[in-house]
Amino acid sequence: MPIASRKGKPPMSDKIIKNGRVVADARLTVTLAEGEAPADTAVPAGPVLVPLAVWQARRDELLARARSGEVGVWLAAGEDVAALADDLTLLHVIGLHFPKFTDGRSYSAATLLRTRYGYDGELRAIGEVLRDQFNYMTRCGFDALEPRAERYTDAQLEAALASIDDFTQPYQRSVKDPLPLFRRIDRSAGPQVQA
Amino acid sequence: MYQYDEHDQRLLDQRVAQFRDQMRRHLAGELSADEFRPLRLQNGLYIQRHAPMFRISVPYGHLASRQLRKLAHLARNYDHGYAHFTTRTNVQFNWPKLEDVPEMLAELASVQMHANQTSGNCIRNITADPFAGVAADEVADPRPFAEILRQWATYNPEFAFLPRKFKIAFNSAAEDRVVLRVYDIGLDLVRNDAGELGFRVLVGGGLGRTPILGEEIGAFVPWQHLISYCEAILRVYNRWGRRDNLWKARIKILVKALGPDEFRRQVEEEWANSKDGPNTITAAELARVSAHFAPPAYEAQPAQDATVDALLATDKAFATWVKRNVRTHRQPGYAAVILSLKKTGTAPGDVTAEQMDLIAELADRFSFGEARMLHEQNVALADVRRADLFELWQAARAAGLATPNIGLLTDIICCPGGDFCSLANARSIPVADAIQRRFDDLDYQHDIGEIDLNISGCMNSCGHHHVGHIGILGVDKNDTEWYQISIGGTQGNGTTLGKVLGPSFAQDEVVGVIEKLLETYVELRREDERFIDTVQRVGTEPFKERVYADRQPQRKAAHV
Repeated sequence: MPIASRKGKPPMSDKIIKNGRVVADARLTVTLAEGEAPADTAVPAGPVLVPLAVWQARRDELLARARSGEVGVWLAAGEDVAALADDLTLLHVIGLHFPKFTDGRSYSAATLLRTRYGYDGELRAIGEVLRDQFNYMTRCGFDALEPRAERYTDAQLEAALASIDDFTQPYQRSVKDPLPLFRRIDRSAGPQVQA
Repeated sequence: MYQYDEHDQRLLDQRVAQFRDQMRRHLAGELSADEFRPLRLQNGLYIQRHAPMFRISVPYGHLASRQLRKLAHLARNYDHGYAHFTTRTNVQFNWPKLEDVPEMLAELASVQMHANQTSGNCIRNITADPFAGVAADEVADPRPFAEILRQWATYNPEFAFLPRKFKIAFNSAAEDRVVLRVYDIGLDLVRNDAGELGFRVLVGGGLGRTPILGEEIGAFVPWQHLISYCEAILRVYNRWGRRDNLWKARIKILVKALGPDEFRRQVEEEWANSKDGPNTITAAELARVSAHFAPPAYEAQPAQDATVDALLATDKAFATWVKRNVRTHRQPGYAAVILSLKKTGTAPGDVTAEQMDLIAELADRFSFGEARMLHEQNVALADVRRADLFELWQAARAAGLATPNIGLLTDIICCPGGDFCSLANARSIPVADAIQRRFDDLDYQHDIGEIDLNISGCMNSCGHHHVGHIGILGVDKNDTEWYQISIGGTQGNGTTLGKVLGPSFAQDEVVGVIEKLLETYVELRREDERFIDTVQRVGTEPFKERVYADRQPQRKAAHV
């Protein structure tokens, strides 16, 4: 889990992908140590993502920084997005955590935030975020992808942008494609592939 | 059958390109084994005992002759000359090279085939009635719906990393031929009182370590809402299904933990938000897809063919084959034929490249170029003129595909087991082989009559042992192979799970146990009673007594 330091080893990238481009990013993810009370954890100055528990315990204290976009909130994979339902108009950044890249709960959380709850701020994938999931993540509404600092070099991250477009005209409706293929395009021309 | 348009083809080609690059990065060391694993699994690639195993999807079991020829080509050029047909209408190759798989996928894509999501914790290949479109007891053709749902499930971005694998099947007829109640979602195509089409939706069935039959969640979901309703089920499962324990991660455990009523409430609540939204299937889309499944150009045929009738009267072998392997058809003068992949001496479901080529040829000559896979690991030609039956039989017999044993003792459902599968606790093919050899006599088999004998090499239950009239399960006891035997399971409308007889048996005891079970049946049966009928009437006790009668109390068998 990215802790409050993204000073990775020099060759590895501390950049993220935002709206399909590799950009520098200084936002820190605050995590609670085992047994640490939300009231006690340090929330550093500058752009941060705080855990839901910290947000809930210290909402008044963090409110102004949240309104300015400096403080965002991240949800663990098992946490219900409904917990943020009342804060979506003031939050500018929400992080959804992937504890393992094979844990798919945050795909549903992202979809719900974007569709059911109409959240339109930054939605950032954090945790085990890998290029082979970029296409699915962006289709589910993530516009910011933050792989672990130690995972990719700058060059690899640039190359990884290609994975966002693995499927250009998918079958399904998703956040990115609000209509399923059968409503998005005219398929009445019928089969054109003959073998 | 469904023909790809440019959009289907582009998506498939993009998938091949995606996996080719993933394989390249893996071989270059940029993608670790752990990171690569779910990616290869969702492209059908397992790492197995001897070599990788590659599982190809055959959506709802439909194969065109050109696709069969492609499979034969792959078997010859990338494998050991044969393939294995599975209980979920997939095709498996047991000996491909890891680095060849992207090229195999490209070859498959050229005939609109793929290995999409044939493994991994995602929505797997969707199955449907093998006799769709030809069965007399059909409510409506399930294939357009299965295809629409296939498209929804394919590369679905939200549901690629579920807690566990997810299997969907369609039943569409009075008689359930897909074992609907053992699926994560079972969709039963029905008409309501107003004559409208919809689905009775069962959720939470599954075999495996904890066999459970699906519960009805939706009594009638109009067809227009098929996608949105399934999406609601999947979303509830994806969010709240257990991920802490592999053995408790299937949706059946969630349904059981919440109870069907609470699970239904959550699905309905989720569905209320998306019902009537963009995922509502349009009449135009249903019409577009349905056109692909229009009946073939049947010729006007007499219901009876005098030549065939004469041959049936004089050629006993032909008559036996017709009786066992030929099914009625709703079109006068036509029949559906089942080619048996259960010839004694061949692993159940195994088919050689030459046989696949021949099936393709028979499909072209006799059945409008199409074949269908059955979950019992046989192949059907669904649209054969009765007048062609004799010629077809002769050709099939010459290739070892006409064993008249469909539904009989040697028509064994059997997983690849410990000979190939790294999950297996025990081998299953040698057990099937021993049973087939012991009871190869056809007169004996016909006397015993219809019986389902299913073998799984482990608790994952690929061989559907829970629903076999006789089920055999391989278990591991101190690194030796033992076999637990159950009786009384059934598939079909009254699907029930078999009861374990008692302590397990060593491999060399299994055939003797089957023999005792059959003897007990023959002694107890009433006229026209099948094995399962007798078991249901008298219970398991007489069978148990016979099987364990000569066991010394001190000679304790492994009780697993």
